[in-house]
Amino acid sequence: MFRQTDRHFKFDWVTIILFLILVVFGWMNILSASHSGITIDYLNFSQPYGRQLIFIGLTVILIIFILSIDAKFYERFASLIFIVSMLSLVGLFLFGKNVNGATSWYGIGGMTIQPSEFAKAATALAVAKYISDLNTDIKAFKDQIRIFIIIIIPAFLILLQNDAGSTLVYASFFFVLYREGLPKIYLTLALALVAISILALKFGPIITSVLAIIFIIINYFIPKKKPVILQPIVTAMACIVIAFGIKFFYQNILQPHQQDRISLWLRLEKDPTKIAQMRRDILYNLYESEKAISSGGFSGRGFLEGTRTTGKFVPEQHTDYIFSTVGEEWGFLGSVFVVIVFVLLMLRILKLAELQKSQFSRVYGYSVASILFFHFMINIGMVMGLIPTIGIPLPFFSYGGSGLWGFTILLFIFIKLDSNRINEW
Amino acid sequence: MRQILLFISIIFVGILFIARLFFLQVYQDNTNNLYEDNAIRKVYDYPKRGFVYDRNGKLLVSNQPSYDVMVIPREVKPLDTLEFCSLLKIDKDQFIETYKKAYTYSPRLPYVFLPQLSKEDYAVLQEKMRKFEGFYIQKRSLRNYETTIGANVLGDIGEVNQRIMNKNPYYNMGDLIGMQGIEASYEKTLRGVKGIKFIQKDRFNRNIGPYKKGKFDTLPESGKDIKTTIDATLQAYGEILMANKRGGIIAIEPSTGEILSMVAAPTYNPNLLVGRDRSKNFTKLYNDSIAKPLFNRSLQGVYNPGSPFKLMNALVALQEGVISTDEKVTCYAGYKYGNSFMKCHCRVGTRNDMAHGIQESCNTYFATVYRRILDKPENASLGINVWSNHVKSFGLGNFLNNDLYVGQKGRIPNRDYYKGIYPKTFYSTYTISNAIGQGEVATTPIQLANMIAAIANRGYYFTPHIIKEIKGETLDLNFTTPKYTTIDKQHFEPVIEGMLNVYKYGTAKYLQIPDIEICGKTGTVENFVKIDSVKTQLTDHSIFVAFAPKNDPKIAIAVFVENGYFGSRFAGKIASLMIEKYIKGITTRKDLENFVLNHSLEDEYAKPYSGVPFKINRETALQTIPIEEVNKLKAQLTKLEY
Repeated sequence: MFRQTDRHFKFDWVTIILFLILVVFGWMNILSASHSGITIDYLNFSQPYGRQLIFIGLTVILIIFILSIDAKFYERFASLIFIVSMLSLVGLFLFGKNVNGATSWYGIGGMTIQPSEFAKAATALAVAKYISDLNTDIKAFKDQIRIFIIIIIPAFLILLQNDAGSTLVYASFFFVLYREGLPKIYLTLALALVAISILALKFGPIITSVLAIIFIIINYFIPKKKPVILQPIVTAMACIVIAFGIKFFYQNILQPHQQDRISLWLRLEKDPTKIAQMRRDILYNLYESEKAISSGGFSGRGFLEGTRTTGKFVPEQHTDYIFSTVGEEWGFLGSVFVVIVFVLLMLRILKLAELQKSQFSRVYGYSVASILFFHFMINIGMVMGLIPTIGIPLPFFSYGGSGLWGFTILLFIFIKLDSNRINEW
Repeated sequence: MRQILLFISIIFVGILFIARLFFLQVYQDNTNNLYEDNAIRKVYDYPKRGFVYDRNGKLLVSNQPSYDVMVIPREVKPLDTLEFCSLLKIDKDQFIETYKKAYTYSPRLPYVFLPQLSKEDYAVLQEKMRKFEGFYIQKRSLRNYETTIGANVLGDIGEVNQRIMNKNPYYNMGDLIGMQGIEASYEKTLRGVKGIKFIQKDRFNRNIGPYKKGKFDTLPESGKDIKTTIDATLQAYGEILMANKRGGIIAIEPSTGEILSMVAAPTYNPNLLVGRDRSKNFTKLYNDSIAKPLFNRSLQGVYNPGSPFKLMNALVALQEGVISTDEKVTCYAGYKYGNSFMKCHCRVGTRNDMAHGIQESCNTYFATVYRRILDKPENASLGINVWSNHVKSFGLGNFLNNDLYVGQKGRIPNRDYYKGIYPKTFYSTYTISNAIGQGEVATTPIQLANMIAAIANRGYYFTPHIIKEIKGETLDLNFTTPKYTTIDKQHFEPVIEGMLNVYKYGTAKYLQIPDIEICGKTGTVENFVKIDSVKTQLTDHSIFVAFAPKNDPKIAIAVFVENGYFGSRFAGKIASLMIEKYIKGITTRKDLENFVLNHSLEDEYAKPYSGVPFKINRETALQTIPIEEVNKLKAQLTKLEY
């Protein structure tokens, strides 16, 4: 449609259109989820849908700003941006405002800003900058540790603010590091850790340990070239420690509501009355959101017609549970549409990332795709009851200025970087 | 591998989500039914239930308001139980118990916490209702019986049970439905259609507003008034006459099949089954397994028809041409067949033609006739089927398909029926008891009345029915088309002549009514019960069938008085009185009336339960009622005159 050489339109319009679809459709669902009755006043700024309209308006200015800055700025100032962002997270301990038990907001006038939403983009820039440095060798253990530290700093700060959900997102950088050459052993370890954790919780640490040891023994005897005997022994010991450690962690460190979420997810509780009780109390949100989604049926009840949405049966429906509105009002067709648009957006970013000539752009693009993927997977998975309740927003969809801006910045920095790839130096 | 890990993960999660969405939204059975959507509150608006009038426009059943306290357990907030209980006039234990029941039924659905509050209680409670969250008052309409008669006819309404709700989703917990009588047969007409409002709730169960601005709301459609065929005066008269007796009276207008009165005794005051005491009273009536007041003897009582059935045999014989009206049959005070002997009260050597046979109810005559009918074809097996088909064409031996809620088939046997008892040989003598209405034949009083109506019409009848008029509707064709019997018209006259003779010279000659030509037939039916597994004979049932006037029949009647002994003792008198009351509007045979009112059969009914040996029929004295009781009945009679 537009010639690539045209200076003003060299941005990747497919990505931008997918972004616009999500933002507009997202706003329509926020409207459904937050309008309070018969008449809708679109400019009522005391209502979430009205405020979100302002946020979207401001987003346009933000996008113009991001796209007009020189692409090299982001690479050059990545470290500075990261440091500023980390300072804003630290500042929360002094000036933060507590909302729903998490100290993640600055209160400025009547508005609140959540710096952790912006920290993702900053971290992505920092990771990209560090990996793309000519002196960095990702296969070297020293550099691996440094990259981990870059990622762990924001994750740790956010965890201290009691926002476990947002912390988890930083695990998405694993995809980036792995793509850039992180040794395979990390993937094996990560998968093993997940497997052992789940097995230990579900069947107990002893059975898990036995299974692990059997597995290790088989692995030891299959290859013709036997490794040193010490290696499997250490691995087995580690497995046993992790299995018991996870159990201990679950029983003594996790808070009761987190325990219950995991317990329900893994179906650890056997007493049916207690399960019903837990479902009603702890998983009330999930129960209602699943109900709302299924009540949509194949074609949905129609825009602004969802009875469970109108009745506000799903708590936090305009934020974390926004997907249940899609489910109820737009049905299977609408929900699948949203899933497909997200998948297309992520795949598009992935493809563009692979096309980048500079490693910085590629790593950054990969980070964007990974972060979006984590949000997408955890949020929709949670709303549909596939994974335990973890409160993070659905990108571009959920209500909230910080979230919307955070994701917009994240995405549009990449669009800017991508637009610059033909005149890379 | 390194490049595609994220790619594969994205695709995998995308497919997983679509699969999950498919499971939740398409595979799972989701009704988009507003009625089952618990985000929508359904508020019902109950229409006025239709009134019931008698054939002359007298109001029998109307409505009165009633208020139910409903509860939705999940919405209940802690409340001042003491105050609440005192307002409802219940104690705390009852409160807790009912609440538990409601919770077990469903935490989310409305449950009738306390049914049918009185107006006074409602007035007090209404003021304070808002203090008790989760409770609300549902207004309903209860029946108000303007009369004390006709409980069996009018029936009653009661709360629907789970079975009804499962079968018919129109009904909700606490709705009222016709349980018996007209209320049940004409439930749909009377109840109308309830209106519904859909109200959007939020998760705190507060009303937000009408769902879609009330687009789906409906207005209640009020129930239609109906006019029954019952003559209230005649019905009341019949009920008074049947006081202290058990049995039934059915009176039909032969020219239309309209049921003029349908008395089942003992009866009860329909007002007992209204309001909060309904279930208590109902249980009491239901558990009365001796008098069985809820058992409608005129519709459900299956008895041997006795002598009135001889009319049937006479008609079939004439149709089959096995006897002429003039042929005389000699009676030897009984009928000898094989080694058996059927007694008859004729003197030895009496020669009866058909008119006399009917007039004197000669067993020999009808035994002869019955055998000839059965033996006319090659064998009795064919004969009994011919006979059975003729009899069935009078509506006997099968459901009448009328608009009454209950009924019984009765029994008119054919060869198949006897296959079990007589698998091989079958002779006419085997079933000779059928000749005189004993043996295997069995009918209900309404079937007998219908049979008489068919005779009165000389060959056809209309299905007896209780509905006269529903505003704006035409009656069921089934009730307005005549059903023809298999007997030709000319054969009825001799039989009717015989019935007239019964009144003129025969067994009912003392029951004559001045200026009315009544055709009747008495019946005296032997009956047995098992007492401690010993078959014991009780006093005979007294039966009478009649129609009048002879040439332009206005009423056909069957009266059945259990253990009333011979036909003219009770049933005949009652039939005569009813006929006169209906045709003339007054009673001239006060002597008959006094006899009926003065005598009770309660002693008779107590005998089988007394545990001591007892005597029956003529060996017992008739029980008289204390004068005060009689005066009470007479006072009721005087009221009727107005």
